Amino acid sequence: MKSRANISRRKVLTGLSATILVPRLASAFELTDATGRAVAIPDKVEHIFPAGPPASILLYTFAPELLLGWTRNPDPPQCALLGSGACDKPEVGRLTGRGNTTNLEVLIKLKPDLILDVGTINDTYISLAKRVQDETGIPYVLLDGRFDSAAQVYRQLGELTQRQSQAEEFARYADNAIKTVKGRIDQIPDALRPTVYYARGPRGLETGLGGSINVETIEFLGAHNVAGGQHGGMATVSMEQVLAWNPDVIVTIEPAFAASVRTDSVWAPVKAVQTNRVHLSPRLPFGWVDFPPSVNRLIGLWWLAKALYPAQFPEDLRPLARDFYKQFYHLTPTEAQIDSVLAGSP
Amino acid sequence: MGRSAVPGLLIAFAVLVAGLLLAFMVGRYPVSIADLFDVVVAKLSGHNSGVPAAAQNVIFLVRGPRVLAAAMVGAALSVAGTAFQGLFRNPLVSPDLLGASSGAALGAVIGIYFSLGILEIQGLAFIGGLVAVAAVYLIGSSMSPRDPILVLVLTGVVIGALLGAGVGLMKYIADQYNQLPAMTFWLLGSLAATNVTDLVPLFGPVAIGTLVLFALRWRMNAMSLPEEEARALGVPTGLLRIAIVVAATLVTSASVATAGIIGWVGLVVPHIARTLVGPDFSRLIPAAAFLGGGFLLVIDTIARTVTPTEIPLGILTAVVGTPFFIWLLASVSKTWA
Repeated sequence: MKSRANISRRKVLTGLSATILVPRLASAFELTDATGRAVAIPDKVEHIFPAGPPASILLYTFAPELLLGWTRNPDPPQCALLGSGACDKPEVGRLTGRGNTTNLEVLIKLKPDLILDVGTINDTYISLAKRVQDETGIPYVLLDGRFDSAAQVYRQLGELTQRQSQAEEFARYADNAIKTVKGRIDQIPDALRPTVYYARGPRGLETGLGGSINVETIEFLGAHNVAGGQHGGMATVSMEQVLAWNPDVIVTIEPAFAASVRTDSVWAPVKAVQTNRVHLSPRLPFGWVDFPPSVNRLIGLWWLAKALYPAQFPEDLRPLARDFYKQFYHLTPTEAQIDSVLAGSP
Repeated sequence: MGRSAVPGLLIAFAVLVAGLLLAFMVGRYPVSIADLFDVVVAKLSGHNSGVPAAAQNVIFLVRGPRVLAAAMVGAALSVAGTAFQGLFRNPLVSPDLLGASSGAALGAVIGIYFSLGILEIQGLAFIGGLVAVAAVYLIGSSMSPRDPILVLVLTGVVIGALLGAGVGLMKYIADQYNQLPAMTFWLLGSLAATNVTDLVPLFGPVAIGTLVLFALRWRMNAMSLPEEEARALGVPTGLLRIAIVVAATLVTSASVATAGIIGWVGLVVPHIARTLVGPDFSRLIPAAAFLGGGFLLVIDTIARTVTPTEIPLGILTAVVGTPFFIWLLASVSKTWA
C-alpha cells in the first residue's frame, strides 16, 4: 500500500495524466454524478474524504466508519450529541467552498477511496472536482446538495458503497418526512400561509434572500419569505424595512437576538413579536434550519413546519427528535438533552 | 485666502440641513410628512399624537438614531481627514492613514469570530483603532529620522498591511456560513443596525476630538507652513502633532466602530470644503463637518431606500469617491499651490 501511495505522488509531481492511475483503482463500475461526469468507482469504498461540512454530515449519518475525518472538528456541545466515536476523528480541512484548507499531498497521504462533495452544482465546482481528480487520481463524486434531493443523495451513496439496503432506510426517512409534511401543507390555502422573516446577526438584521440556501427549507414549506422578492444569498436589511414587512413569524438562529427581541421596544410593533411567534432554531449537534446545509435539516423540517403551521402540526417534537438522533446521529438522547436542544441552547 | 468665506460656510450648513431633512423624510417604512410633523410637534409639546405606534417607533427609535449617526460619522471622518491633510501637508491623505481603520477592522472581526455581542464588537473596534495608531506613532517616532512625517506615513502603511493580513486570517478561519458574511458586511460599512444606545459612545469621542481640533485651528494654520517657519512662530510641532493625531484617531475610531469601514468621505469632503471656504482651518473644520454630515446623510439615505436590502456604504462612497479622486489627481497642483 505504501509504495502505491509513493508512486501516485510521484506521478502527480511529474504531472502524468490520471488515466494511467485508473487501473490501480480496480474500478467496479461507473457512476454518473450530479454534474453528469462518469466517475469510475472502486469496488471497495471504505474511507471517504468529505470535501466540505455538508458531505461530512451526510457521511457521518449514513455510516460513521466511512468518514475519514471532519472538515472542522465538532466542539464539546456537539460531541455530546454525536455517537459512534464521532469526535475521535481527525480534522481534515475543507476542499471546496470559499477557502481551500486541504493540502492535496495530505489528501493523497490519507488514501481515501473516494472524495465526496455535496452542495451546489455549478461550473466552478465541476471544474474543481475534475482538477482534484486529475491531480490526485482519487475519484471525486459531486452530489446535489438541495434539500429535496436528500433521499436521492442517500441512494447514490448506497450505490457508491454497495450498501443499498442501509441507504434505503435513510432515503425512506427523507421521503416520508418530506411527503408527510408536504401533504399537510398542500391543503393550506395561500392566504393562510404566514409571512416569515429569517433573522440572523446579533441584531437580527441579516436575512436570506429568495432562493438562498439559508432559507431553503422555509421556502420549501411554502411560507412567504418577506425578503424573497430579491434573489441572492445573505443580505443586510434596515429595521425600517422589517417594520414595513411586518412578518407574521420570525425564525432565527441567534440566541442573543431571540432573547432580546421580546423586550426591545424597536421590535415591539412587529406582528411576530406581538403574537409571540419568534422561534429560535435548535442548533445541536448541527443547525436545524440553516447551516451547514445538509441532512441535519431533515429534523428541522418538522420543527419549522410546527412553527409555521401550528394547527396542522400538533405532534410532540420530542419523540421525532429522539428517533432522528438515534438513526442519524447514532445516539439516543436523554429527555433533558432533547429539551435543551429544542430550547435552542448554544 | 482673499475670498469671503461666509457664503461658503452657509452653503456647507445648508447642505447639512438639506441632508437632515431628506434623510428624515424618506425611508422604507412609509411615514407621511404630515405624520412626521405631527409626531415631532406632539413629542416637543408633550402631547399624544394620533399616529400609530409603529410609525412613532420608526421616527424616534429607528430612523432618528440612524440619521443622527450618519451625520456624526460623516462629520467626524471629514474633520479627521481635514486635520490629517493639514498635518501631513498632503491632499491625498485620509484619516485611516495611520492605521485607525485597519486596527478597528481587526478588532471587529476578532469580536465577530468569538461571537461577541454588538457592544463588545464595537468596543474592540474602537480599541483596535487606538492601539494601531499608538503603535504606528511609537514605532515611527522612535527612529528619530530626518523626515519624521515621511517615516510616520511609511510606518502607517506597513502596519496597516500587517493588520490587513490579520483581518484576512480571521476571515479565512471564520465559519463560512455564519461569521464570514457578518465580517464582510461590517468591513463594507453600514449603519443598518444603528440604534439609540449607539449614539452615546459615538457622540462622546466625536465631540471631544472635534472640539480639540477646532481649538487647535490657529496652530494648524501655522503648521501648514514649513516646519522651521512654524517653529519660528512659536508652535511646538511635535506636541501639536501628537494632539492632532490623538484627536483625529479618537473621532475616526469611534466612527468606524459604529459604522464599519467607510472610505472616501475623509478624503473627498475636505477638498470640497477647501474649495468652498479656503485653507483657513477656523472655517475649514466647521465647513468639512457640515459637508461631511450632509454627504453621508445623502449616501446613507440611498443605501437604505433604493432596494429592500441595504447597499453597503463603503460601496456607495467609493462609487462617488473614485471619479472625484481622479479629478483631484488631475488638478491637485492647482488647488494646493
